[in-house]
Amino acid sequence: MNKKLQALVGAGALAVSAMAMSAAQAAETIKVGVLHSLSGTMAISETTLKDTVLMLVDDLNKNGGLLGKEVEAVVVDPASDWPLFAEKARELIEQEQVDVVFGCWTSVSRKSVLPVFEELNSMLFYPVQYEGEESSRNVFYTGAAPNQQAIPAVDYLMSEDGGSAERIVLLGTDYVYPRTTNKILRSYLNGKGISDEDIMENYTPFGHSDWQSIVADVKAFASAGKKTAVVSTINGDANVPFYKELANQGIKAEDIPVVAFSVGEEELAGIDTAPLVGHLAAWNYFQSVEADANTAFIEKWHAFIGDESRVTNDPMEATYIGFNMWKQAVEQAGTTEVDAVRQAMYGQEVANLTGGTAVMNTNHHLSKPVLIGEVQDDGQFDIVWETDGTVVGDAWSDFLPESAKLTADWTYPWVCGNCEKPMY
Amino acid sequence: MRNDMFSVLRRSPFLAQQSRKAFLCLGAFLVCLIVAVFALPERAMAYSDEELRNVSERLNVKSSTQKIAVIEEMAADGDPRVAPILRAMLDGNLYVRDSDEHVVITAKQGKVYSHIDIVSGEVIGESGSKEISKIKVNNRLRGVLRDALATLNLFSPDLAVRSNAVEQVMDARDPAMLPLLLRAIDREEDETLLARMELAKATMALAAGENTEERLAAIDVLASETTPQIRAVLSQFVASADAEGFEPEVVAAAKDALKSVEGRLSTWQTVGDVYRGISLGSVLLLAAVGLAITFGVMGVINMAHGEMIMIGAYTTFMVQQALGSILPSGSAWSLAISVPAAFLVAGAVGVVIERSVIRFLYGRPLETLLATWGVSLVLQQAIRTIFGATNQQVMAPDFMSGAVEFSTGLVLTYNRLWIILFSVIVVAGIAAVLRYTAFGLQMRAVTQNRRMAGSVGIRTGYVDALTFGLGSGIAGIAGVALSQISNVSPNLGQTYIIDSFMVVVFGGVGNLWGTVLGAFSLGIVNKFLEPVAGAVLAKIFVLIALILFIQKRPKGLFALKGRAVEA
Repeated sequence: MNKKLQALVGAGALAVSAMAMSAAQAAETIKVGVLHSLSGTMAISETTLKDTVLMLVDDLNKNGGLLGKEVEAVVVDPASDWPLFAEKARELIEQEQVDVVFGCWTSVSRKSVLPVFEELNSMLFYPVQYEGEESSRNVFYTGAAPNQQAIPAVDYLMSEDGGSAERIVLLGTDYVYPRTTNKILRSYLNGKGISDEDIMENYTPFGHSDWQSIVADVKAFASAGKKTAVVSTINGDANVPFYKELANQGIKAEDIPVVAFSVGEEELAGIDTAPLVGHLAAWNYFQSVEADANTAFIEKWHAFIGDESRVTNDPMEATYIGFNMWKQAVEQAGTTEVDAVRQAMYGQEVANLTGGTAVMNTNHHLSKPVLIGEVQDDGQFDIVWETDGTVVGDAWSDFLPESAKLTADWTYPWVCGNCEKPMY
Repeated sequence: MRNDMFSVLRRSPFLAQQSRKAFLCLGAFLVCLIVAVFALPERAMAYSDEELRNVSERLNVKSSTQKIAVIEEMAADGDPRVAPILRAMLDGNLYVRDSDEHVVITAKQGKVYSHIDIVSGEVIGESGSKEISKIKVNNRLRGVLRDALATLNLFSPDLAVRSNAVEQVMDARDPAMLPLLLRAIDREEDETLLARMELAKATMALAAGENTEERLAAIDVLASETTPQIRAVLSQFVASADAEGFEPEVVAAAKDALKSVEGRLSTWQTVGDVYRGISLGSVLLLAAVGLAITFGVMGVINMAHGEMIMIGAYTTFMVQQALGSILPSGSAWSLAISVPAAFLVAGAVGVVIERSVIRFLYGRPLETLLATWGVSLVLQQAIRTIFGATNQQVMAPDFMSGAVEFSTGLVLTYNRLWIILFSVIVVAGIAAVLRYTAFGLQMRAVTQNRRMAGSVGIRTGYVDALTFGLGSGIAGIAGVALSQISNVSPNLGQTYIIDSFMVVVFGGVGNLWGTVLGAFSLGIVNKFLEPVAGAVLAKIFVLIALILFIQKRPKGLFALKGRAVEA
């Protein structure tokens, strides 16, 4: 009995001391949650972003941490499973007590975690280009909105330099991002005088691997005599067989250029790009951008990952901007408390990697430059077009009648994500 | 300046390594081309050396419009030395030397660019990428360059070059090319090419023709052809007939011609659908045939089947990496070696899984399903840990890249053709093993009646392990083929597992011929539905049809009497 009691007390003491220790640690560190899939379909893209956050955290700690404290990254794996994203987000916020979360790639995963972040009033930095039509007080969107990627890209296709396209094929994976983007694009194209019969829209499942018929259809559609271009919102794994089929069926960029919104340096790593030279991608960053900040970033990335052949891409830049903005906002606010940091975020400026400055606007979207690059035979992009300055991200597209009247502005007097009138 | 910085990036060792191969090929091709062009008997040169240099230097401007003006000027001149310059520009090999602003054609060898003088065609120096800036091209310029080259090439002494040029002129359908084309027709001696040239002339003469007879003659020529381009020419003509005020008899003739061309094209469309269906079927067959053995013959619901395919694909990648130092990348040999290697690796993994997990679960399908599902996750994550989550690149050998293109718009890509052939060989191989070898006999015996097979002295456990190994090994072989058309990533297997089960269930569990027939019919049905319903709906329709079919015939196309009946 006595022994048992002793053991119990001992265990209790141990537990108490352990708790004390963890409490002490919590006081000394600032926790950053990383919510990216490390397994499943999206691991291919998201693993890189996890490494990027780890690199940035590592870098921050080497330079003395944040507010005099060490920063600790808490990595979880939502395994490309959308409901699991919500669970893991809750785990990060409630159990791990993280101060901020960097995460998500697909829109469906973001939609899944959104209620959690709003309920627990936490902060998410979302680093991927997306379809817009959303604004949450708890999310900062550091990727491109449609007006920062899709609209300039079709403008380019229709311009003289882009080949004066008059027929557009919209190819996409069947989920919310491509469908919404294509809805915006169709209405934009109609406004530009391209009628519905000159627009072909086609959706394929995730991981679609047999592109023979669709590529043949595109070829047939293009043979009608008008200059045709393809806008691709094909996501993830399906891109490799798609581009292989394009190459094998001999579709040349000068005949039918394909501009992609989800294909970057990382996605091209698995393809022989020699037959794809001239196909396009629209992003806010390319590894080939000439800027001192970019050179330094690439060197740092190679040193961190220990592999010179690894590429950098646009969502990595978005993560980089988001992380540095959050860091600055925390320093300015003097605390990691969510509401204070959020107030400090507005108007925060960070040097982006393309030699300009990213500004956080009150609609939680960034001002970014838009670049269009051509695929080169070394898997990199050659920039053929860019906007003069930066473009302010637009949460609610002006080209959809139902969203054109909505405003997202989280500062006084609006304080609202989707309002027609200010709240105050 | 801007070009400089790009070149620096491009020069960094990791990129150079990736692109070296491509550049080598390109460089070699370019050198040959230049040699070929310069070996020609020289015609009267319109440009003096100095003029050629000056006009080429004017290509070094930022504006595409200005570049186009210069290109058109150069092409119109007809100097034979212009073609290689434009070709180099099209291939992205035309650079400006920063030191003296000379325009040079470059051939890249590793990190060194040799400079080839545009006037003499001789190598006049070499440098790294920092000392030269590329003359940039975009898609608009590529189009202009190609058309310019096409018109220049119409007079090439090489028949192949000429016939290529004619095809491009026909695609471009630019009436401005008509005078040059007419000149080329006057000179042409080759009968076949002359016919193509007449056709190209007809496409332009239809709208640009001077009188009714010329137009009717053009329609006559066009009506006998069956290509999507001709359809476009005719339908554009018909559509614009009112606005342009063409003669009614010409329009009527054009409509008739259009109808007959469309009729023939739709037949070809059907041929194309059938081909694509067979091609999809062959992929399904390859993916499913291993499962036809593990699930069909042994009755094991093997959820890890897809991962065996993935292991096969990764083996292909490893073989290619291992042989990379000995063989040129994309060599056919590395693929040939991969086939037995993938069979052995995947087969060995299969035997290990059978011995360590599945043999304890025979007769308990639900547990097998869950256990193999777990195994599949373990294998995926293991591959992800070893190779990383990103795709690996398996190079396609030369004989598998490209396509046979018919003028009717039908494109048969080589990789698909080889895969169809390969799937036939694999199935024939399996059929032979089952029919003619002692192991095949034992396997069939164990399948049909395990206890009796045991009593006549067959080591059933041993046969089970080998059968599972055979099924897995064949999945591995499928992985070699799929590495050519799909991603080599840890998720490769998941893409095919559902399809594989569908094929085996549809074809009839335990029947090899059922699997063959099932794969091809699913493939063809899918491809006929796809253009009508879209890829997503087509898949759903096929699944619904399959469910209904299973209601009617629970045992699939061919029901097998054997253990399945026993159970």
